[in-house]
Amino acid sequence: MRADDPVLRIRSLHKSFTLHLRGGVRIDALRGVDLDLFPAECLVLRGPSGAGKSTLMRCVYGNYAADGGSIRLAHEGGWAELVGAAPRLVHALRQRTLGYVSQFLRVIPRVPALDIVAEPLLMRGVAAEHARRKAAALLERLNIPTRLFDLPPATFSGGEQQRVNIARVFIARYPVLLLDEPTASLDEANRAVVIDLVQEARRDGAAILAILHDPAAREALATRVFDLAPRLAEVA
Amino acid sequence: MSEQAVLEVRGLTRRFGLRTAVRDVAFELWPGEVLGIVGESGSGKTTLLNCIGGRLPADHGSVMYRTAAGYSVDMLALPEAERRKLLRTEWGFVHQNPRDGLRLDVSAGGNVGERLMALGHRHYGRLRQAAVDWLEHVEIETARVDDPPRAFSGGMQQRLQIARNLVTHPRVVLMDEPTGGLDVSVQARLLDLLRRLVREIGVSAVIVTHDLGVARLLADRLLVMKGGEVVEGGLTDRLLDDPHHPYTQLLVSSALSV
Repeated sequence: MRADDPVLRIRSLHKSFTLHLRGGVRIDALRGVDLDLFPAECLVLRGPSGAGKSTLMRCVYGNYAADGGSIRLAHEGGWAELVGAAPRLVHALRQRTLGYVSQFLRVIPRVPALDIVAEPLLMRGVAAEHARRKAAALLERLNIPTRLFDLPPATFSGGEQQRVNIARVFIARYPVLLLDEPTASLDEANRAVVIDLVQEARRDGAAILAILHDPAAREALATRVFDLAPRLAEVA
Repeated sequence: MSEQAVLEVRGLTRRFGLRTAVRDVAFELWPGEVLGIVGESGSGKTTLLNCIGGRLPADHGSVMYRTAAGYSVDMLALPEAERRKLLRTEWGFVHQNPRDGLRLDVSAGGNVGERLMALGHRHYGRLRQAAVDWLEHVEIETARVDDPPRAFSGGMQQRLQIARNLVTHPRVVLMDEPTGGLDVSVQARLLDLLRRLVREIGVSAVIVTHDLGVARLLADRLLVMKGGEVVEGGLTDRLLDDPHHPYTQLLVSSALSV
């Protein structure tokens, strides 16, 4: 199923890195990427290491700045241009439109797992009690033991941290989801839960852009594949 | 986005003799935004903060502030009395050393109540209640309300200084290395507190810090200063994950883990 209009439209996206500490070496990571992402699809980025899959995703999320081209995102009834966007616009997009599961949880000292997960709802003005109930339900579904809810996740295992990271995104509805290896450090049971969460979001109409090395997750989730060719050229 | 900036700094310059400590700095601060200013010692970040906060005269430039009443004033050109009044009622300043921002021989409750009294509050019971509430907010035992801050630990003094600044619900808070000389565990507690209070009150803040980890946690946006100039600015995670300027790359690669 595919709606008529994309919610994410990328045109001639260019991204390079200039490494000043290595004598100004330039790495061209993306050279002219065109991509459309539609509601209710899960588009999987495919390509070898170094092809720029994570770079592309980060350009969309905004923690990498694209050099040229256009990344347009449907946002609150209009289009928002992300290339060169003001930080305030990026914050607004992340709060309402764009959810991102990174590979690692960024822990905040002293903040318990439950509050980390509830935070996106609190930012949207949801009542604290409701947000925390929803956070607890989601953590339970992801098999995080109740006794860990009130602890900061700094001491959790890698898999537990990753599930907190996933819960933090899936607690809120985002029209566009970016998933960078969401199942990487999970066992089979938890991988199945995450696959269900992603499927539910997709049936709900979310447009999903994913990097999935895990064949089982890719088999279950991908509705379309986008190939990125390796670009390893370094220009001095 | 028709919202207006609460603060607009333009062309701010400050010299000490022949040395230019801050050169032609410009930025906006938006409602509810936390702006971090990073850079190493001597880069001019504290001088910049002091010029904005009226603690040090600037040689050039303007600091346009949109007041609670909705009009725009240049803080650097206001008559002294008006400027002082705004600084006392609508602004806050958190010093790196809490002893510079507290009255050490006045009780903790008195330190918090004083800012309210400056706004014309006189009812003793209500002042005391506000002080007790704020001590709770910043996790200081309310039994200590009558103790002078001289008897507090560094971390407690810093939390008290924050309570003293936020009790009046200021619209702009300037902070100079607020987690500076604190132990790591005390610093974590303070960071958590600042994150929470900034969101609850919706205050706009400028935070000077040399610690990129602190900047990552607290700031929505960063400016990087070197030799008195802003060399790069942008969204916090963009600047730390994809630094462009050679100096920013050096700064990020030198940090332990951000």
